[in-house]
Amino acid sequence: MSLTVEETENPLRDPQDRRLPRIAGPCGVVIFGVTGDLSRKKLMPAIYDLANRGLLPPGFSLVGFARRDWADQDFAQIVHDAIKAYARTAFREEVWEQLAKGFRFVPGDFSDDVAFDQLRNTIEELDRERGTAGNHAFYLSIPPRFFPDVIGQLKEHGLAENHPNSWRRVVVEKPFGHDLRSAQELNSIVSEVFPPESVFRIDHYLGKETVQNIMALRFANQLYEPVWNSNYVDHVQITMAEDIGIGGRAGYYDGIGAARDVIQNHLLQLMALIAMEEPVSFEAQSLRIEKQKILRSVRHPDRLDLHTSRGQYAAGWAGGEKVLGFLEEQDIPKTSKTETFAAIKLEIDTRRWAGVPFYLRHGKRLGRRVTEVAVVFKRAPHLPFTQTATEELGQNALVIRVQPDEGVTLRFGSKVPGTAMEIRDVNMDFAYGGAFVESSPEAYERLILDVLLGDPPLFPQHEEVELSWRILDPILDYWAEHGQPEAYPSGTWGPESAHEMLARDGRVWRRP
Amino acid sequence: MSIDLTNTNASKIAGGLIRARREAGSPTMGMVLTFIVVADEGSHYDALKAARSVSREHPSRVIGVIRRSARGPANLDAEIRIGDGTSGEQVLLRMSGELAHHPESVVLPLLLPDSPTVIWWPSKPPDNPATDPLGALAQRRITDAAAVDRRRAAAMLKQASNYAPGNTDLSWTRITPWRALLAAALDQYPAKVMSGVVAAERGNPSADLLVAWLTDRLKVDIHRSVSRGPGITDVSLMTGGGQIEIARPDGRLAQFTIPNSPQRPVALNRRDLAELLAEELRRLDPDDVYEDTVKTLCRISDNVPALSERRLAALQREADEAAARVGTPPTDPGPRVQTDDEAEPEAPGQDRTKPQQGAARTKRATATKSAAKKATATKSTAKKSTATRSTARTSTTAKKSSAARKRATSS
Repeated sequence: MSLTVEETENPLRDPQDRRLPRIAGPCGVVIFGVTGDLSRKKLMPAIYDLANRGLLPPGFSLVGFARRDWADQDFAQIVHDAIKAYARTAFREEVWEQLAKGFRFVPGDFSDDVAFDQLRNTIEELDRERGTAGNHAFYLSIPPRFFPDVIGQLKEHGLAENHPNSWRRVVVEKPFGHDLRSAQELNSIVSEVFPPESVFRIDHYLGKETVQNIMALRFANQLYEPVWNSNYVDHVQITMAEDIGIGGRAGYYDGIGAARDVIQNHLLQLMALIAMEEPVSFEAQSLRIEKQKILRSVRHPDRLDLHTSRGQYAAGWAGGEKVLGFLEEQDIPKTSKTETFAAIKLEIDTRRWAGVPFYLRHGKRLGRRVTEVAVVFKRAPHLPFTQTATEELGQNALVIRVQPDEGVTLRFGSKVPGTAMEIRDVNMDFAYGGAFVESSPEAYERLILDVLLGDPPLFPQHEEVELSWRILDPILDYWAEHGQPEAYPSGTWGPESAHEMLARDGRVWRRP
Repeated sequence: MSIDLTNTNASKIAGGLIRARREAGSPTMGMVLTFIVVADEGSHYDALKAARSVSREHPSRVIGVIRRSARGPANLDAEIRIGDGTSGEQVLLRMSGELAHHPESVVLPLLLPDSPTVIWWPSKPPDNPATDPLGALAQRRITDAAAVDRRRAAAMLKQASNYAPGNTDLSWTRITPWRALLAAALDQYPAKVMSGVVAAERGNPSADLLVAWLTDRLKVDIHRSVSRGPGITDVSLMTGGGQIEIARPDGRLAQFTIPNSPQRPVALNRRDLAELLAEELRRLDPDDVYEDTVKTLCRISDNVPALSERRLAALQREADEAAARVGTPPTDPGPRVQTDDEAEPEAPGQDRTKPQQGAARTKRATATKSAAKKATATKSTAKKSTATRSTARTSTTAKKSSAARKRATSS
């Protein structure tokens, strides 16, 4: 409701006027952990791209905080290099000029009171000089073990207080804890200082166009809804495969593993979007209610040994390159039990989905890089063809390709040209625009803008995070007690147990 | 993959498209619209290039139409292109002889089934795009008043007076960033605007539209002053608490000023054709705000003392001579915009009219309002068509005025 009041107050805004983009109000962003990869490869370029698209307010300011002996210019140089290397839109001097005047750097440790005093002064100075009007978002691009320090300091130095006419927000990245208990602890630390509506948890998958398109596909069309249930759907496969190994992220990855890294957030969120009922509106609250209903109704398989699978990639040839096995990667202990492949079967106890298994898998060094959701339909109950005619006919499937090659594929049977009746699977493809990706905003852009606008629908709240851990915890506990993950050759589609797990149900993994 | 067809017809071209697609390995048929580009030999290369780069965001069948001399026997040549960096298909049609008068007969069978059709005139548009035989095929008709060689403001006014739902002009697209910033300024500083000034180079249709939009939305007099450009250089809105100003002297970096806040730079560059077209294609339904704006443009143009044809011609001559002296292409004085400014000596570098001057102008404008004016033929048709359309849109108007009332009570 407050929105409509605003719109009538500003005579230049008209709900009919859909050309006008929403430009964030006066504000700034403070990045902790500004030297990290994420900040250089994603955040800084995203901020530049937003400015280039004219979506950042005049006077937008960016403050870096890190343990480096830098002056503002040094920081500006780092940002400049990061933008040149990673921004998706062309570098333009005037956009740089607009941004560059708002760069500040505060050197210091997270435990350093002097540094936080300086941060406070910097922010107040920006409010005066750049007109940021007291609106600042703190982006914690740092390992979660530092959260208590930073958040405590923000509180102690009065940086976290919301004043009536300005806002303070905090942005955190995954992982949101490593199990339910740690997630709750993390949440209690953050929520002690920031109210829930000021906490933005970034799950960059939810910022992707194709993920948002799931909602358009499901709720804007009449075609899919009637078959979107256990009467017609046989099962659903959600795959996120990477062709790379852990790279230089050994420190982060060891002890975390595939399930915590990806299934807990991205894949369960994708599952919720695919399975949820229609929300009453696309407001954050309504969307959340529907997603939570799904996450709450998830049931584990009775036998975790038969319906889950995990693996570690072994040395081998992947995509024409000779690669190391996980246990041979630098800084990974030879005895590591961390899984680089995880597959689980879940059921959703609702009327719509009863009896329809959802198979989720994620792994590193798999056949190729792909993320997709495949809704696989039941076979036709009766085929008025001879057995030989339909030998090559598979199950109909609707595949939502999230990345790369964004789009939708519909797989169905068609007659092979010729005099004999022979039916074979064909694909009907919708490509989401070949280079569409290039010009449409990247996930981080969208999410950062939403943080600045205070628009929360795409950010999971702590209930969702905790529900996801409730789903994953029993599986992780079971795995922790049952020895070493199974090795699988790099460049293949995972360990034997993953294939067996589906074969037990009379199904096979799609080759994505 | 490209196929050239000479002395052909629409069904052979349609066959060629299917053949080209098959031979290119059947790239996905994800095309969302047909994009007709009406060009001439001189402009088609750049226009089709822009259309192709747009088709990366909106995969489309691009149909370039070149109408050549109507003399001689009827002939149709076609170049089909698929792949080569486009994500859709492209057909370039060259028509000559009697066929040049019936281009729609070739284009109609080539439209994609069931998908929207958009037409764009990169240079001189027809006076009434909606009744143009090709224009009538499309539900979105894009003109560009700034692309005509001479008398751009008049060209804009012509398009405004012949507005039909689905029409749009790139002059309007060009000011989206300005409008967004101005709206953001009033978000940040929500004050009642008393008057305003838009400064731009001579004969800039975008500036006229910006004046009209501000007039329509703010319900106050907005004045137009002339600067050396490029494009729009300054927009100032006077409020009780001071001046909101966006000044962009160099066409790329603007200074953003609102009362009680420091002045801040903001990038506000002039976008290229492909970007403008991409924005246009994002929404294919009639643009209601544009409609309100062009109606206001017609209305305020009538309120300014109309120049006689003779005076207009004299001004044009002067401008052309001046341009010839400095070696720049002739610019167009435009009908309404310059009337005020011709009367006032313009000091170079003076980029903003003082509020008092603005007030003085208001008085003069209202005084002249009562005086009956000799309207030109186009203007009277404009009024007539506006009248008929306004009855059709009463419901919208009623909705708008209730919104206006709400505004009034809330403030």
